[in-house]
Amino acid sequence: MSLEVLAVDDSRTMRDMLNLALSSAGFTAHLAEDGVHGLEVLEDIEPDVIITDINMPRMDGFGFIDAVRSEEKWSRIPILVLTTESADELKAKARAAGATGWIVKPFDPAKLVKALQMVAG
Amino acid sequence: MSDPMAEIRASFFIECEELLESLQDGLQMMDDGDTDSETINVVFRAVHSIKGGAGAFGLDDLVRFAHRFETAMDEVRTGRFVPDAEAIRLFFACADILGDLVRAARDEETVSEDITGPALEKIDVLVGLEEEEEEELDFTPATLSFDLDIGGDLGGLPNLPDLPDLSTFPTASETEDEITEFSPVGGAKGFQVIFKPEDSLYASGNEPLYLFRALRDLGDISVVCKCSALPDLDHLNPDTGYLSWVVTVHTEEAELSVREVFEFVDGLCLLEISPLSGRAPAALPDLPPAISAPATPPKPEQAAPTPLVPSPPIIPDIEMPNAPAAPVVKSAPIASVSDDAEDEFSLSSPNATSGSTKTTGTPTQPRATVRVDLERIDRLVNLVGELVINQAMLSQSVAEAGLPPNSPVSTGLEEFLQLTRDIQESVMMIRAQPIKSLFQRMGRIVRESSASVGKEVRLHTDGENTEVDKTVIERLADPLTHMIRNAVDHGLESPETRLAAGKPREGHVTLTAQHRSGRIVIEVADDGAGINRERVKEKAIEKGLIPADAQLSESDIDNLLFLPGFSTASAISNLSGRGVGMDVVRSSIQSLGGRINITSQEGKGTTFSISLPLTLAVLDGMVVRVADETLVVPLNAILETLTLTDGDLKALGPETHVVQIRGGFVPLLDLGAELGYRSPLDSYVGGIVLLIGQEDGNRAALAVDAIEDQRQVVIKGLEGSYGRVPGIAAATILGDGQIALILDPMDLVSQASGRTKIRQPQHSLVG
Repeated sequence: MSLEVLAVDDSRTMRDMLNLALSSAGFTAHLAEDGVHGLEVLEDIEPDVIITDINMPRMDGFGFIDAVRSEEKWSRIPILVLTTESADELKAKARAAGATGWIVKPFDPAKLVKALQMVAG
Repeated sequence: MSDPMAEIRASFFIECEELLESLQDGLQMMDDGDTDSETINVVFRAVHSIKGGAGAFGLDDLVRFAHRFETAMDEVRTGRFVPDAEAIRLFFACADILGDLVRAARDEETVSEDITGPALEKIDVLVGLEEEEEEELDFTPATLSFDLDIGGDLGGLPNLPDLPDLSTFPTASETEDEITEFSPVGGAKGFQVIFKPEDSLYASGNEPLYLFRALRDLGDISVVCKCSALPDLDHLNPDTGYLSWVVTVHTEEAELSVREVFEFVDGLCLLEISPLSGRAPAALPDLPPAISAPATPPKPEQAAPTPLVPSPPIIPDIEMPNAPAAPVVKSAPIASVSDDAEDEFSLSSPNATSGSTKTTGTPTQPRATVRVDLERIDRLVNLVGELVINQAMLSQSVAEAGLPPNSPVSTGLEEFLQLTRDIQESVMMIRAQPIKSLFQRMGRIVRESSASVGKEVRLHTDGENTEVDKTVIERLADPLTHMIRNAVDHGLESPETRLAAGKPREGHVTLTAQHRSGRIVIEVADDGAGINRERVKEKAIEKGLIPADAQLSESDIDNLLFLPGFSTASAISNLSGRGVGMDVVRSSIQSLGGRINITSQEGKGTTFSISLPLTLAVLDGMVVRVADETLVVPLNAILETLTLTDGDLKALGPETHVVQIRGGFVPLLDLGAELGYRSPLDSYVGGIVLLIGQEDGNRAALAVDAIEDQRQVVIKGLEGSYGRVPGIAAATILGDGQIALILDPMDLVSQASGRTKIRQPQHSLVG
């Protein structure tokens, strides 16, 4: 199933990798550089799922998730958090912020795809 | 397409350079007393992002170092550690090592642990971190492979129905809670999963259906939905999850694989996973509904998609077998089960609307940049050069054709000229980049060189955003490094000497860049003791560089530093003493079409000033004729042109004249004689001179026979074929196809002044 995915990460390398992994899986990738940019992109597209980094300039991942969840039309979009930490604390924080799941960096493309399927079909 | 991972890898290293730059910037700001959390965040993020990318490429050394550095920065970020000046110095050192590691990784080299180890230990001690246990490094880099065609694989899988067709299932009369028609295969391997979501599972955007699909990837599954907790519509709260499921997975996989499917919902549901055994399956336990019938009416706009299953009010349990030929495959959202029910429930199904309004344009990309092979740009630059020559030739032909200036050809040509110039400027802008990266590298030179000679030095930079041709930046690195080391090593005094002289302990080196009259001027200034001219002169006499009785102006003495083989340090220091002298610095600058000057004030400091052309490809020139030769003088060197009258000229000797301009005297140079085209003239009255200005403010008048034109010329280097020709910068091809030499007026003037100086020291031309 082809998914439309919005990936938000301030690292160009990470965006390139997400883009490659997603397009290799036949998904459509939309990319944004930080939370503010992510919200702008959301105005134009309706992704099936969002992937977001946490530590970003302007608006970090928590702020971004918060903003997405508080907007009625986006409140049900599954959101995966990209993180280098697998600490439970961070998972709890991500979940408290309204994230659906998480992906630990560096991600294995197959696992990324699996995680996306787990939250968005 | 070439290997996409190789491309991303290359791009990663470019990004690393940018991140290292922000890291340096951030640390500099912290060093300047900035304690803003965003500043610290920038530093943290830079290290963090480098680590993240490095992990993806399996660059273990880089990951390990970045991880520890990041942990320390995290201590700072969270306020658990407040860095002092020493700590920030250490951070700078770590940033330098991080840069080394990045470049080593890029070039597939390694950095010795002798370098990384001690820095890490220091940082751990400083920040108060225990040396980390290996196991805490659970950041295991996984090298990525994109060989697998995931999309294709998926396409091969049978479609799982989004929801079974309810019409084929028992009706309201059969409302058993327990599953009865479950027929396990004797001794089958697999698991029974009892799954009861809480409301928070839906609120977090999770969706049971997708979990079941993920389970199906492990093996055949059968799903039974337990709907008995569902109240009738009047009492239904759309925010509440009423359903629970029993999934039987027939798989060879371990329990962990099953558990992994539920990773994201762990804690958001009741989950029981038990291995299948030969005996009959346990009955589904009586799961209490999460919330009893609601007191408030439902709010459809906040509805969770899954719990909503349409009427009838009492819903049977549903078995969802995993057969490819499963009944009714619906691509519609899961909440709308049947067409009849759709109207009633469409509101509660956000996916229903999202599916139809999706924009299918090009994916949104971040700020558009393109990476272009430098060779392609250079080819473009060369072509533009040819275009400029072509345009000059065309202009000449049109001029020779004698067309009136308002003819369409002439006006068209005028526009062509303007466009050519615009194109040339735009192309040169592609090659230009801020000098910042170069300046940042100097920060490290200052830190390392000051540490090695035991001085306290602070580097200030200004004009970092000045844009300079990429080649110029690359070729400036070595001379600038040498000059900075010189400033630290020779220019600045030891802390004790400085204190004794009433100066602050810490010495300052200032690096500035700016555009000035069509050139880039870069200055390296120190606030040290200044040049000890007595000592310099003695040394030069001692080395036989100048005669013992030479009469030199202060600036002449300063310029002795540029003579080959000159070194004032009595003991060769390990920093700047050996091998490369200021003469090498000067010739590197000259090879870039630049010039270097010194000014020094005793006790106050020394300033080296480098002046460079903006571009290496094209210049604005004045075409002049001297003794039937056509020459080009760079326009930016010419202050003004004048015709000499009798009163302007003063003779100081048979071959030495000066020109009086607005009360000042400027030495006169006969260009024809200087270049050996002819003997000096008897009289220059009525002749034309170009007033040439140098960066140090000195001037000279160049006598020429005629001024022909002012135009852009394309620089064609001579050095490849002829080596360096004194007084000549390069050559060009004029509109008529003729080759003309491009002068280096400053060099010409220095050559002449050098000769004059030895002959007639009392009339120093540049003094």
